[in-house]
Amino acid sequence: MNVTEQEESYGRIFVQFLPQIGALRKRGLAGWAILSGGVIVGLLGIMTLIAPWISPYSPIAINVGPLLSPPSAQYPLGTNHLGQDMLSRVYYGGAIMFQVSILSVIVCLLVGVPIGLFASYKGGFTDKVASLVMDSIYAFPGLVLAIAIAAMLGPGVVNMALSIAVVYVPSYYRIIRSQVLTIKELPYVDAARMMGAKTKTTLFSYVLPNVIPSIVSVATINFADAILTAAGLTFVGLGLSVSTPDWGWDLTYGRRLLTSGAWWVITFPGIMVVLLALGFTLLGEGLSELFNPRLER
Amino acid sequence: MSLKSYIIARILLTIPMIMLLLTFVFLIIRVLPGDPASLHFEKNVDPETLLAFKKQLGLDKPLPIQYFDYLIGLARGDFGKSMQDYSPVSQQIFSAFPATLELAMTATVIMVVLGVFLGAVAGRYYNTMRDHSIRIFGITSYAIPVFFLGEVLIMVFGIYLRWFPAGGRMFPGLTPLGLLIGGKHYATGLYVLDSLLEWNLQKLSYAIRYLTLPAIALGLALCGIFIRLTRSNMLETLQLDFVAAARARGLKERTVVYSYALRNAFLPILTMMGLQFAALLAGAVLTETTFSWPGLGRYLVDRISFRDYTAIQGVVVFFGLIVTAVSLVVDILYAYLDPRIRL
Repeated sequence: MNVTEQEESYGRIFVQFLPQIGALRKRGLAGWAILSGGVIVGLLGIMTLIAPWISPYSPIAINVGPLLSPPSAQYPLGTNHLGQDMLSRVYYGGAIMFQVSILSVIVCLLVGVPIGLFASYKGGFTDKVASLVMDSIYAFPGLVLAIAIAAMLGPGVVNMALSIAVVYVPSYYRIIRSQVLTIKELPYVDAARMMGAKTKTTLFSYVLPNVIPSIVSVATINFADAILTAAGLTFVGLGLSVSTPDWGWDLTYGRRLLTSGAWWVITFPGIMVVLLALGFTLLGEGLSELFNPRLER
Repeated sequence: MSLKSYIIARILLTIPMIMLLLTFVFLIIRVLPGDPASLHFEKNVDPETLLAFKKQLGLDKPLPIQYFDYLIGLARGDFGKSMQDYSPVSQQIFSAFPATLELAMTATVIMVVLGVFLGAVAGRYYNTMRDHSIRIFGITSYAIPVFFLGEVLIMVFGIYLRWFPAGGRMFPGLTPLGLLIGGKHYATGLYVLDSLLEWNLQKLSYAIRYLTLPAIALGLALCGIFIRLTRSNMLETLQLDFVAAARARGLKERTVVYSYALRNAFLPILTMMGLQFAALLAGAVLTETTFSWPGLGRYLVDRISFRDYTAIQGVVVFFGLIVTAVSLVVDILYAYLDPRIRL
């Protein structure tokens, strides 16, 4: 099978999936979750993209207003201890979350999917070793592992995404393995093998398409995990520098301002993090319910 | 397989997992780009001081020997020396651990009791408004960063209402002394328990008041998974014949649901408690930082700001070891309770 045919088979899956999006509303709770999750994520994405045009002030300029002013007509979400406008910081702050989570999901896909496919298809020793390594990482407290890696790599979007990706690769591996173990015994895979298809062709053209739905739902939920972990890394002091608007940073420094009664510094960025993680969680829950209706009722 | 041989096999399987874990942490701290000693000084150091510093901590030797030293040290309970003051890291870990344990245990109770109760209610009232709101609550609790939840609790109950302290573990100077035997005090480090052993009710009330908010934050943030688990288990069990039989005998619906059907969910809940232990510790790191709770997580975060890589390594290894130990215990307990698992 050449590349174009392979692309076509993925294309077919997508086309088969399209009408379902229209029929989502008839899908009960799963459809409702996908729609509401999609709307939340979509709106926050748009907000992040158009932040430069809708922000009243620069998100990093200090002393644009009085220090720690409560929400007012001029500063709708108040200002922080540096006199920065919270509304502008809320608009801009999602960019980091999106960058880190998208990058870490991509790394997870690039690493977890091939390892999962190959090791579990091969079986035997390869599978045992890969499973042992993945299970050991999986058993580790995720944030603590990410902290250790991020502490060594130093600050930065890419380093943050890498530390998060290491923690979540095993989730992809496990779901792929559980599916490949069943799929590889199916007659059509045997048929492909007997007709002389190479392992690579069998895996990517025949096995992978059947695993894609599970990968999509894991990846979507993984977005939520990545966002929460990124916020957590920032909170323990491994985030980006002060000069980057970041909801995680506001939550971290806002904690020290609580005693002075400045509730607005943490409240709005916090709500944004919750909304974004909630959007991805709803999307992921809905997708996995749609793909595996038996798992949930 | 008998229970005994299952336990032996399970313990043997733990050994390669621990070795992998230790190797993995070693690779992260010593082999990833950036030498921990130079990182500690942020490059503001002359070569001689750096070399002396490395010598003091054994970081000047070749990597394989460092690896060997590290494994031997751990086997003897030595977690290395702190980069900050050369004090043994193990001492710090053991003195901070009881605080984390107390927080984790209390949070576990909150998370399981709340999660199972809400899950059972959702299952009983399947597809009603009550079910939907409980599910939404579960998903939302999953999406809230535990430190944001903690900050909100501090804001409302600590600063605005002043019902609970906004942080810390004990009123200064009131550390409970523990059990008095023969003129000497023996303390566990768990303040609630120690106050009880000392029988000092004033200290007890303080210990509980300091513990409440952090434990609620951590328990609430993690209860979602138990809601879902209990709910789906309930839905399955309520279809089974023995439930129909119990209903046919004319038992009250409440009795059928909460004492017959819920019992069936016990094993999956136990398994989930084991699986969630790692998440609990990760959550504790953030919760302790939010509430200035002087446990292991707080220690870890403090060390990060000092760039004390040997201490970071020690805490990470320690976290990994307790998670491995807990999952071992849960698996054995599970095999004991459900003989099918040993097949």
